[in-house]
Order: sequence, then structure tokens, then C-alpha cells
Amino acid sequence: MAWSFYPLGDSAVLVEFGSGISEKIHQEIRAAVRGIESRPFSGFVECVPAFTTLCVYYDLMGLRLTGRKMTAFEHVCSLLRDMEKSAAQDKEVLSAEVIDIPVCYGGEFGPDLGLVAELNGLSEEEVVSIHAGEQYLVYAIGFAPGFPYLGGMPGTIAAPRKKTPRLRIPAGSVGIAGTQTGIYPIETPGGWQIIGRTPLALFRPDQLPPTLLQGGDYIRFRPIGLEEYRRLRGIQP
Amino acid sequence: MSIRIHKPGLLATVQDLGRTGYGKYGIIVSGAMDRFAHRTANWLAGNDDGAAALEITLSGFAAEFEQDHWVAITGGNMTPVIDGRAVPMWRPVFVRKGSRLVLKQPVSGCRAYLAVSGGVDVPEVMGSRSTYLRAGIGGFEGRALRAGDELPVGTPRLGVSEAPAGDGSFYAVSWAIPWSLLPAYGQNPAIRVIRGRQWDDFTLRSRQAFLQSSFHVTPQSDRMGYRLSGPSLELESPREYLSEAVALGTVQIPADGQPIVLMADRQTLGGYPKIAQVISADLPVMAQATPGGHIAFREVSPEEAESLFIREERKLKRLKTMIRLKLKEDNYA
Repeated sequence: MAWSFYPLGDSAVLVEFGSGISEKIHQEIRAAVRGIESRPFSGFVECVPAFTTLCVYYDLMGLRLTGRKMTAFEHVCSLLRDMEKSAAQDKEVLSAEVIDIPVCYGGEFGPDLGLVAELNGLSEEEVVSIHAGEQYLVYAIGFAPGFPYLGGMPGTIAAPRKKTPRLRIPAGSVGIAGTQTGIYPIETPGGWQIIGRTPLALFRPDQLPPTLLQGGDYIRFRPIGLEEYRRLRGIQP
Repeated sequence: MSIRIHKPGLLATVQDLGRTGYGKYGIIVSGAMDRFAHRTANWLAGNDDGAAALEITLSGFAAEFEQDHWVAITGGNMTPVIDGRAVPMWRPVFVRKGSRLVLKQPVSGCRAYLAVSGGVDVPEVMGSRSTYLRAGIGGFEGRALRAGDELPVGTPRLGVSEAPAGDGSFYAVSWAIPWSLLPAYGQNPAIRVIRGRQWDDFTLRSRQAFLQSSFHVTPQSDRMGYRLSGPSLELESPREYLSEAVALGTVQIPADGQPIVLMADRQTLGGYPKIAQVISADLPVMAQATPGGHIAFREVSPEEAESLFIREERKLKRLKTMIRLKLKEDNYA
């Protein structure tokens, strides 16, 4: 599908790649990010991908506007259209490495595991085995630093958000909201049903990249016991 | 070289112009809310654009200068006073070691900026000194300022030895940024917007109400966004939108129909429909809107938004040159 362009104010262009969540669109967006970041145009600030869109932020004063009667928005769109052509030729095969996320399910770390099981007519063990039995694609990072928007959770373990959000959800908490699953990288308030916790640090401000996960990664959850949780927690930087 | 905080007031943080380039990792931009005031404060203190300064919200702030410093106070008028004497804003001010700055009460606007020659010298995190409160990084130890904090200051850019002699706690130069060049700050400002991506998804009535009503600025407003209250704005047919990037000044409408204008500490992605976008030229005015006040939105075309922004930036460029020349003339720089 051809890229469509929308102004996001006077300093950003939102590029839309399609209308539904799919791995194909996701790969197109990733290819576009690679293209833009490897050959940034004058005035480029940064780009932020999401499910079906890529936002390209620019510094209006840094653009090399030609004498032609063209607005900054049109100028950036035309630069992006040129990239669309070369992006179509980007056939790079992406590494399909799967990142292992150890999770200590239930108990103190997963206070809502029982509720999720009950809502779906399953045992807690069944919820864990379904949750950990899938491979998930990181579609985007947002909401909090390093928070992955994951696709691929089976509907059989879906659960609605809490009516009243918790004021504090500890960093590393693994939760379910509707048919989405995610991991909280920092302590925040939140309404997700919490089923476990990973000892891994998802947000690493002193490293580059500053997050464990990035858009395009695949992850798999691996159930661990309390002892392994504590051991892994101890060797975290 | 340092500044000691006696009282932080409602919220005081270290900010520069923000942390860009990390949005794809979910890391927000942060930075000064009123970039006009932040940038000019730095220039008046002899600094470059990127230096870190203090953003001080409303009143209750007090601090002591532990060395002689050149400083500048800009932004909202919080009645700045040094050792009992009113300090003029929007100009270079030389402060003596041991003098004490107090922001007594808000007169206009919401945020004052205090720049010090040499900049607030906290470590850069991911290329910026801005405070990212929720993630606990940047700024001074990743948090809002507290009583007792000692802020390190970089090498002064303006000559302290050139400062005029005198016994007072401070000395303010006789020139300032003329009022005519300041943004149109006001109690009930009109904020210019262009249409947002989901403008057409709102009912005709809601679109009209958005442009013709006045919205109350609620006390729930903060650095993340201005929460407004007014007529309820509704979608033609309610639906869920996929999360996508937002920008400084994005006006989004959550399910309750009340607008939120996203500001410096906005999240990187948002899932609410975007009815409009505040034009860049009016962001400083927006950033000084005060809870309890009202704002109204006026539509302009995207082309107009661009030319207003370019005009504003050209004005700032001239202002920067003017300030440099004045500082040289006075033999401070």
C-alpha cells in the first residue's frame, strides 16, 4: 500500500502505511525507519514508529526549502516519497532472534493471576502455559520508557482492565489488558491485570539503546521460580 | 559555584530544550514548557540555547546564590524579589554572593525561568539535562528540586569582574527585551490551532463548539498536559483508534469529551482522537496559561502556521543578536 501523509502540526509528518495491525505493515515501517535514519534529511529530528504509522519530526528552520512555492510539509512529504521508492527495494532479512523474558508468575508478583484464570475458566497453571507458550512481536515501544506493545497473545487468556487502576505497579510487572499483554518497565500507576514479574530491567538509561526491547524484536516468556527470580535480580546491572 | 535551594515551591525542575532522538524507545522529550522564555533567559545570561535553567512553577520558590552570578529571570511574573527588593525581569541581572531570591506571588503566567551564566551543570543523560520525573533521570538527581539542594553552575559566560560596583545585593542592567517582542501572554489567551488528524471524525456541533467556546483551564493541568473543561466534544461514531505518535501541542479528546493539550512531558504515543494541534508559534503562550483562567481556540491554515513559526524564529534570531551586541557593548561578554 502507498504511504499516506498527514500533518501533525507544523513540525511533524505522520506517515500511514495501512489500516490494521499486521506483521507486514510492521516490517514496512521498520524498513522506512532504517531508510530515514541511515540517510537523514537536513532538518530531520527523529522518527517514532507505532502500529500502522511512522511520525517524522522535523525542525522547520533546519529544512533546506528551495525557492519553489512549497510548504515545509510538502517539502518533507516529497523527501519521504523519494524514500518510499528506495524503501520498496529494501529486502533486508531481519534477524528473527527471540529474546527470552524470565517471569515469576503468580503469588506476590502476580496478584491477578487467579482472577485471569477464573475469568477464562482455566487453572492458573494453564494461563501460565498459554502465556508462556507463545512468541510475541514487539510492534512498538511507548507509554513508558521501554514499554513494549506486544502482538500475539491468545484470546483464551484475555481479561478486562481493572475498574480502578492501582496507584503503584512495580517495575517488571507483566500484565494483561484485553487481548494485550505487556511489561511495565518503571513503577507507574496502571489498570492492567498483573500476572507475574520479570527480574530483567527493561529501562537502562545508562546504556545504548536505553531499553532491553525494541520495535521488531520477538520475545517469549519463560516461567521461573522465586529462587531464579532472586538470582537473576541480583546479577542485574 | 552553586545555587542553594531554600524552598522549591509547587514544582521546580532543571530543564533544557529536551531529550530528542529517543522517542522510539518510549522516552519522552521533556524540556522547558515555554521555550521562548527559556531560550531568552539563557541568552540574557550569556549562554547558548541548550544550557540548562530552572523552570519554576507559580510561587513559593526561594534560593540563595553562593557566588556572584549573572542571571536572568523570564517567563511568568511571579514577583521576583532579591533581599526584599523587586528584581526586573527579561534582562541580565548581576547577583552578589549570599543574596536570596524569592518568588513571592504569581501576577501573570504560570512558570518563571531562572537562567544562570554558565548554565546549571548537572550531568547529561541521553544528550539532555532535562528532568524526566516519572523515569527518575536527568535534571538534578532525576527529581524535582528540594530544600537543601545545591545546584552546580558551569563556567560563567559573562565576566563577573566587569560587573558594576555597588553595595546592593544585585544590579540590573538598564535595558531589557521590549514588551512588544514578547509572546502575547495573557490571562485568557486565544490559541491558534490547525486541524488535527481526526478533526473530521467529530460532529459538526463539536467542531463548532471547539472553535467558538471558551475552555476553563483546570487545576489538573501539569507539565504533561493542559486539561480543559468546556462543552463536551463528541465523535460522530465512537470508535477505538490505534495508538500513534503525538506532538507538543496536540489537542486530544478522551472519552469524557474534555480536551487535553499535550505539553512537554507528554507520552510518546497516544490513542485518543486528535481534534487539533496548537501552532508552534503559540506554544509559549499556551505554556503560560494558568489554572483558573480560560482559553479559546482559533483556526488557522497549515500554511499560516508555518509562516507564523518562521516569522517567530526570525524575530528570535534578531533578538539573540541584539542581546549579544548589548552584552558586548556593556563589556560583560
